[in-house]
Amino acid sequence: MKSRILPLIATFVVFVLLYLVGFQRFDAFGTTKVLSNVLTDKAFLGITAVGMTFVILSGGIDLSVGSVIAFTGVFCATLIENSGWHPLVVFGLSLVIGACFGAAMGAVIYYFKIPPFIVTLSGQFLARGMAFVITTASVPVTHPFYNELGNLFIRFPDKGKLSFVAMLFLVVLLLGIVLAHFTRFGRNVYAIGGNDTAALLLGVPIRNTTIGIYMLSSLLATLGGIAYSLYTDSGYPLAATGVEMDAIAAVVIGGTLLTGGVGYVAGTFIGILIQGIIQTYITFDGTLNSWWAKIAIGFLLLLFIALQKFLTAGGVVWVRSLFRRFMPGTAKQPVPASGG
Amino acid sequence: MSEKIVKPVQEKKVTFNVWAWFAANKRALWTLAALILILLVNRLISPTFFTVRYQDGRLLGSIIEILNRGAAVMLLTTGMTLVIATKGIDLSVGAVIAICGAVSATLIADQPPAVAILFGLGAALLCGVWNGVLVAVFNIQPIVATLILMVVGRGIAQMITNGQIAIFNDPTLSFIGAGVVFGLPFPIFLSIGVLIVVWLFVRRTAVGLLIESVGANDRASFYAGINATMIKLMVYTISGLCAGIAGLILTGYIKGADANNAGLWTELDAILAVVIGGTSLNGGRFNLGLSMIGALIIQSLYTGILISGLPVEFNLVVKAIVILFILLLQSDSFRQIVLQPFRRKTA
Repeated sequence: MKSRILPLIATFVVFVLLYLVGFQRFDAFGTTKVLSNVLTDKAFLGITAVGMTFVILSGGIDLSVGSVIAFTGVFCATLIENSGWHPLVVFGLSLVIGACFGAAMGAVIYYFKIPPFIVTLSGQFLARGMAFVITTASVPVTHPFYNELGNLFIRFPDKGKLSFVAMLFLVVLLLGIVLAHFTRFGRNVYAIGGNDTAALLLGVPIRNTTIGIYMLSSLLATLGGIAYSLYTDSGYPLAATGVEMDAIAAVVIGGTLLTGGVGYVAGTFIGILIQGIIQTYITFDGTLNSWWAKIAIGFLLLLFIALQKFLTAGGVVWVRSLFRRFMPGTAKQPVPASGG
Repeated sequence: MSEKIVKPVQEKKVTFNVWAWFAANKRALWTLAALILILLVNRLISPTFFTVRYQDGRLLGSIIEILNRGAAVMLLTTGMTLVIATKGIDLSVGAVIAICGAVSATLIADQPPAVAILFGLGAALLCGVWNGVLVAVFNIQPIVATLILMVVGRGIAQMITNGQIAIFNDPTLSFIGAGVVFGLPFPIFLSIGVLIVVWLFVRRTAVGLLIESVGANDRASFYAGINATMIKLMVYTISGLCAGIAGLILTGYIKGADANNAGLWTELDAILAVVIGGTSLNGGRFNLGLSMIGALIIQSLYTGILISGLPVEFNLVVKAIVILFILLLQSDSFRQIVLQPFRRKTA
């Protein structure tokens, strides 16, 4: 149990350290403005990553979320601007489409036993393609409702303001935590991720849960797309490329094992905050190039994966086994090179 | 102290019966049928699809173009097949393409071409070894281990080119991507040459068997005396090197290295090609020839959509639908479910 919570603690420590490094160099890091801006900037990614957490907890992966975000953005923008529909109706419709899309992917994964990696990859092509079919141009949204939502925020004493999308993100996060840790569905997800054969034998409804997981992921990606549309006031079919990788990185940095079964939704939140803090630091510094963000996130990925490996493989025993492998003469006990 | 090359006890005389082979490899039949179907559809769309003409010392035609533009994906597929056969996956090949291109395009400014090419390939080799060490030695899940380089790789490539598109004007490097030998584009020779070398290496020695064994059950292979660590390290290195060669082709073709977009999403094309070719993502078996057919399917699909005059917007949708269809055809459970009503009548 201890080793389960340790990655989460480590993530939190890294977040605090990064924040302190930033605070030490730039006084502005201490204001609520920085934190609320991070929440606003990363809201769409965060909402998506909450869904991704469930998929990864179940031992699967969803590569389609970035395209779903782009599709939603374009879908909303064209229906609102060109057809004159009310945004709320369009949001509802796109959420239904997103849920159906995810459920279809889940069904293909369950019934035809095709790996999630490949199914969601096809889904990625399909959603991105549909976005292109709708329009190849960037569509700006000028509906007054968008302005109303944009003016909806909570102001902190020191000028920081929690925008609507940031609030949406926090609400989704709380619902995600409740769903993962306090409902039957959440427990089923953990069970499938831990050992799907055992889960089946214990009577976990594999079919409904699998379909539900991918439905949830696409649904939240659609919601992320709506947040992205509100955030950018437009829809663009080339938007959000590679967001799936950012989401996966946030989940992994947040301490969730990619083999499934172990992790916390709250960890994903900290993973998102870490990405946001790194980006803010690079923006504040001004001399660092944007590619340092990629390199820093990659380095953190490596760090956390190494940490997880260290903890799950029993720490010291694992390190000793590594040494044995490099000194063939001392290998009395064969060390199996077992994969996932 | 890695695997010794084991000579088969009895050298079987290879008598090749095409029909017997197909009867034994129904999956191969499905894949080949898919390729032929796509080519025929292309022929229906464009009557001149199979025409090859000779002009200005080179052969021109859609078929040649498919082979030419498909060369990079074929190279990646060659490496990816071996990686997937060990139950692994290599997400980083697109980033390796960018790194290799960036290194050679930057070095070519003040170094002889041979040095630039060797350093580019060396960087790709290093990337492959890095992936291999993470997967084989540190036992990190392949999808995560290679995700790291996928994320970092483009950052590194941007660092090398200083955030710019490195343009060059060297005839040797651009020959790799756009040269013509015996009337055919040079990339075709390169990809087929690499394929033959790799095929000889894995299928004319015991290496291929060892790879399949590690993919089927690495623990059992370890106890059977196979150095699973070495095998895994080797396949990721080969994959990195293949990606490097593909990177040289793509860089030479556009006479420049674009750290952001060179080889973007090609890893997904390569993985799809391998899966369409019938190599299971669960490892344990592979077929290089069928993977190549998979790569050709993807490329012919792409070319077909281009020449059909269909708006480019439909490209991805058609690709997704066709690929899903091929995957469903290959899925045993799908065929069972679809064929169920027919079975009942006969039984």
